[in-house]
Amino acid sequence: MNNRYLSVDSVDKVFGTEPNTTRVLDKVNLTVEKGEYISIIGHSGCGKSTLLNIIAGLHTASSGYVILDGKEVNAPGPDRSLVFQNHSLLPWLTVYENVTLAVNKVFKNKKNATERKAWALKNLEMVGMSHALNRLPSEISGGMKQRVGIARALAMEPKLLLLDEPFGALDALTRAHLQDEVMRIQAELNNTVLMITHDVDEAVLLSDRIVMMTNGPEATIGEILDIRLPRPRDRIALADNPEYNHYRREVLRFLHEKQRKVAPLPKADKANPVPQASAKRA
Amino acid sequence: MSESKTLAVSSPVARLQLPSAETLAQHGRRVGRFFLRQIVPPVVVIGALLLLWEVLCSRPGAMLPAPSQMLDDTWELIVNPFYDYGGNDVGMGWQVLASLERVAYGYSLAVIVGVALGVLVGKSTWAMRGLDPLFQVLRTVPPLAWLPISLAAFQASNPSAIFVIFITAIWPIIINTSVGVRNIPEDYRNVARVLRLNGFENFTKIMLPAAAPYVFSGLRIGIGLSWLAIVAAEMLIGGVGIGFFIWDAWNASQISDIVLALIYVGLVGYALDALVGLVGKRVTRGTAS
Ligand SMILES: Nc1ncnc2c1ncn2[C@@H]1O[C@H](COP(=O)(O)OP(=O)(O)OP(=O)(O)O)[C@@H](O)[C@H]1O
Ligand SMILES: [Mg+2]
Repeated sequence: MNNRYLSVDSVDKVFGTEPNTTRVLDKVNLTVEKGEYISIIGHSGCGKSTLLNIIAGLHTASSGYVILDGKEVNAPGPDRSLVFQNHSLLPWLTVYENVTLAVNKVFKNKKNATERKAWALKNLEMVGMSHALNRLPSEISGGMKQRVGIARALAMEPKLLLLDEPFGALDALTRAHLQDEVMRIQAELNNTVLMITHDVDEAVLLSDRIVMMTNGPEATIGEILDIRLPRPRDRIALADNPEYNHYRREVLRFLHEKQRKVAPLPKADKANPVPQASAKRA
Repeated sequence: MSESKTLAVSSPVARLQLPSAETLAQHGRRVGRFFLRQIVPPVVVIGALLLLWEVLCSRPGAMLPAPSQMLDDTWELIVNPFYDYGGNDVGMGWQVLASLERVAYGYSLAVIVGVALGVLVGKSTWAMRGLDPLFQVLRTVPPLAWLPISLAAFQASNPSAIFVIFITAIWPIIINTSVGVRNIPEDYRNVARVLRLNGFENFTKIMLPAAAPYVFSGLRIGIGLSWLAIVAAEMLIGGVGIGFFIWDAWNASQISDIVLALIYVGLVGYALDALVGLVGKRVTRGTAS
């Protein structure tokens, strides 16, 4: 059981230069097994994206290290593919070209041209986007863009799939639909996934474990909750399942009792996470 | 549609005609609305201006020819744009083409050098710090101020005119390209980093397309400035070209010819701008305005 596919070892992150520094992350430790689906939940600004970016290799940790499958992470790479909240598709490429850009690069020497093409199409089919291959990102809806982003990430066959609030900008119906789709794909591919979310239901429904982070600055992992609900999970059946509601209550209690923000949140985080999240990434 | 078909079976004439008359009327209304909104205003305004011009300039002692007079004077030039009597005495079509050729040389050079310098300045902070002050000063120099120095350097009028076009068009291209390259969203750069694109792939697959909308707005400003500059430069250097044609007409007191030439200059300038705009839209797949 304890094969430590991914381990995050006392990772600190300090932003800024000497007199004006903020220690955003303080000694974050986390181990993840292969095939696990982990959700990271915590108040806005606590450092979830920072942690994900360190694991992706886009940021470097101030101290501590990340090891994936026996190798230390110190640069971004296609073995850790990302899906951002704001999809980050290239607007000048069609849906199909966005995926093939990744496929052609990652499988340059491993697959021939026809295989690469088929692989791109297969991944797009998996997220139900085969009908819009030649559309530009500006011509498809937010939910569809997110699907393409997921297809692109899956098509890289990553060791680790990193999702930063992948459904945050979507309406509730589209979000539920995509969550179901992700669960279906996850059952099929059994990826190792790390997903940031603000949505308690989403976390409980999708995850094997929920990592709850304390408030920043100097945020760290407060509690980890094991979700032992059998799969496949059905959102309607679970709605009045006492175990499900117990997990839900645990997460809510952590967020709203133990880690309650002292000051009122500047504009409720769940309602409007987009500008803040993207501003910090920029 | 299928509904109207099934209905048509019971009473073909009445049923079939009703919808078709309706769609016809709808179509007619749409054409009418387009006509009203897009065609009528400019026609009315231009007509009114021509009328005013006609009235003002047909009084005895008017300094400028009236439109009717002008049409009369220049009829030969209008119907015969490609005559060639040797020397400078060629049709308006040739004059415009000669100017366009100079613009094509100078502008193409400006595009190549401007985009290259723009990418350099956008990518390298050092280059930006070093070159930006220079660019900011040089770009304010009026195009014609370059003419004497380029005449001195090239000792020939044609390369000098081309150089003036080049130096006029290059600044907006450099500046817009560098802004475009510097403003590539973090997200796109992250895509390149996660995929581990190499320098060349990053340049062709991420940087150029991401900066293209900015580059094209620079190219569009550049072509407009080129056309402004060539007409002025040609007045000074002589030879075949629409600019010198205007100057020549002025010396011969052929005011009607000047008016005709101005109309040509305006239409060609508009066409150049529209052309670059169209190419931009095609290349950037609609992300450039
Ligand atoms: N490049 C940076 N320089 C300085 N401070 C930063 C930088 N990036 C993030 N921060 C700070 O680190 C903290 C955590 O940011 P982060 O984006 O990781 O939060 P988050 O938990 O993802 O928030 P959200 O849920 O709103 O997306 C914030 O207080 C932010 O101001
Ligand atoms: Mg975030």
